[in-house]
Amino acid sequence: MAMLELSEVNTYYGNIHALKGISITVDKGEIVTLIGSNGAGKSTTLLTISGLVPPRTGSITLEGRSLTGMPAHAITGLGVVQSPEGRRVFPRMSVLENLEMGAYVLRRVDPEDLERVYELFPRLKERATQKAGTLSGGEQQMLAIGRALMGRPKLLLLDEPSMGLSPILVDQIFSIIREINQQGTTVLLVEQNALMALSVAHRGYVLQTGEIVLADSAANLITNDMVRKAYLGEE
Amino acid sequence: MHFNYELFLNYLIQGLANGALIALIALGYTIVYGIVELINFAHGEVFMMGAFLAFTIVAATGITSTDPLYQIVGVFLIALLGAMIFSAAINFSIDRVAYRRLRSAPRLAPLICAIGFSFILQQIAIYWKGPVSISPPPLIPSDYRTYNILTELFGLETKVRLKPIDVAVFVITIPLLLLLTWFIRSTRTGKAMRATAQDQQASALMGIDVNRTISTAFVIGGLLAGAAGMIALYYNNIARAQMGFRYGLFAFTAAVLGGIGNLSGAVLGGFLIGFIWAMSDGMVKEYIPSWGAQWTNSVIFGILVIIMVFRPSGLIGEHTTEKV
Repeated sequence: MAMLELSEVNTYYGNIHALKGISITVDKGEIVTLIGSNGAGKSTTLLTISGLVPPRTGSITLEGRSLTGMPAHAITGLGVVQSPEGRRVFPRMSVLENLEMGAYVLRRVDPEDLERVYELFPRLKERATQKAGTLSGGEQQMLAIGRALMGRPKLLLLDEPSMGLSPILVDQIFSIIREINQQGTTVLLVEQNALMALSVAHRGYVLQTGEIVLADSAANLITNDMVRKAYLGEE
Repeated sequence: MHFNYELFLNYLIQGLANGALIALIALGYTIVYGIVELINFAHGEVFMMGAFLAFTIVAATGITSTDPLYQIVGVFLIALLGAMIFSAAINFSIDRVAYRRLRSAPRLAPLICAIGFSFILQQIAIYWKGPVSISPPPLIPSDYRTYNILTELFGLETKVRLKPIDVAVFVITIPLLLLLTWFIRSTRTGKAMRATAQDQQASALMGIDVNRTISTAFVIGGLLAGAAGMIALYYNNIARAQMGFRYGLFAFTAAVLGGIGNLSGAVLGGFLIGFIWAMSDGMVKEYIPSWGAQWTNSVIFGILVIIMVFRPSGLIGEHTTEKV
């Protein structure tokens, strides 16, 4: 059974039809990526899964349980945790407090979880008492991912974790995504950086204007002509 | 010109006590604004309703100033607690019934709604206790009404008067302020409130029930307003259906003055306005004979305008400190 299954999901922003009958599955232990250009509906897909932009029709199930109509906080409570686009850290709270908010669903902060996040991102430990709003973009991205991990997600939704980061940091973030996955977290990754995304993912979906146009293993997608032309910048 | 420091100290005590009351009410404006960006114009009336319920509780017990002191203190505390719970329940219900439905409506909709509730509560109060000012049942023993702690307890020969009711104001207000600070800073719910004030969507993604957190803000604001209602009832020895207007307006001004959304700002603004209020009502007359209490509003709002011109985000800017 798939861990997460979206079937024929249609999402609207007012009259704008943003997701047009999308069907996606994510199996336990996988890294699945959604690639596509700006406005293709990648972030909307994650927001729909998290319940912030509920679908108008279609079904979303987590381990067979329907998420449709559930409020966002309840979906997070089931272990579907999102690190949203643009990081969205709490700027006037300290780094540590941000991490504590990540563990909100667990009711208490497990020191081991905190240690694990600090091990993945030593920078955050150094800045623990600093206000999140004063961190650099890369540090905020680390915080956003670390914060999501504090909730012990079954399924981690990552929206553009590489956005605005230097190439070195991008490499670092992706190796951490792989590490998180090897430690047992299932990942659904949205990326504009298709090459990076496909290099860590097991499978991928290509979105175009709210529809899935391709679904295959990451290895096949990376050699697919259409993907190479459209998203990997080859002639 | 001779500076009458004893007179000054008397008005200072009065100013601090009034300031404490305003601060308690101002916190309710600022906590709610911080989290939903709504000026809850019904908040002054929530405070008034607290005073009215305290009045009713004291009257119902039949305890008066001639009863044993422990009974008086007991009734005082019960009335205080009752007023807090009552005001919190009203504030919670208004949000639940009206504001929550208007969360995604244009800003003006909940604002007009709040003004509407302000009138509704005033009318209920008039129906409840009548349109004229009423004095609460005498609860403070007559010995204590003129009792000066400074002379009787400390043996100081002075015209400065510190009455038990002044002390009671601080004894109630200061622990409440400390408790609130601890709650917002250190508890799980308090942190969730701060997070929600900063980014509602991200908070929901953390698993925080945003609606419940907003309700908590209304409940806390109501608790503080109710406490202020009980204190004001016996500090001023008078209650009326319109009492929420002036206190509410001053408290709202205090919140804006301090930097709306900012807790310390609301307290600072509250004490500042309480101080100006007392000085303008009494002290200034000593030096400008034609001065009177009728100028107080002009002075307070004049100062508000000046501060807003130079510091539009209030005395405590919101980038440097915590907003709720």
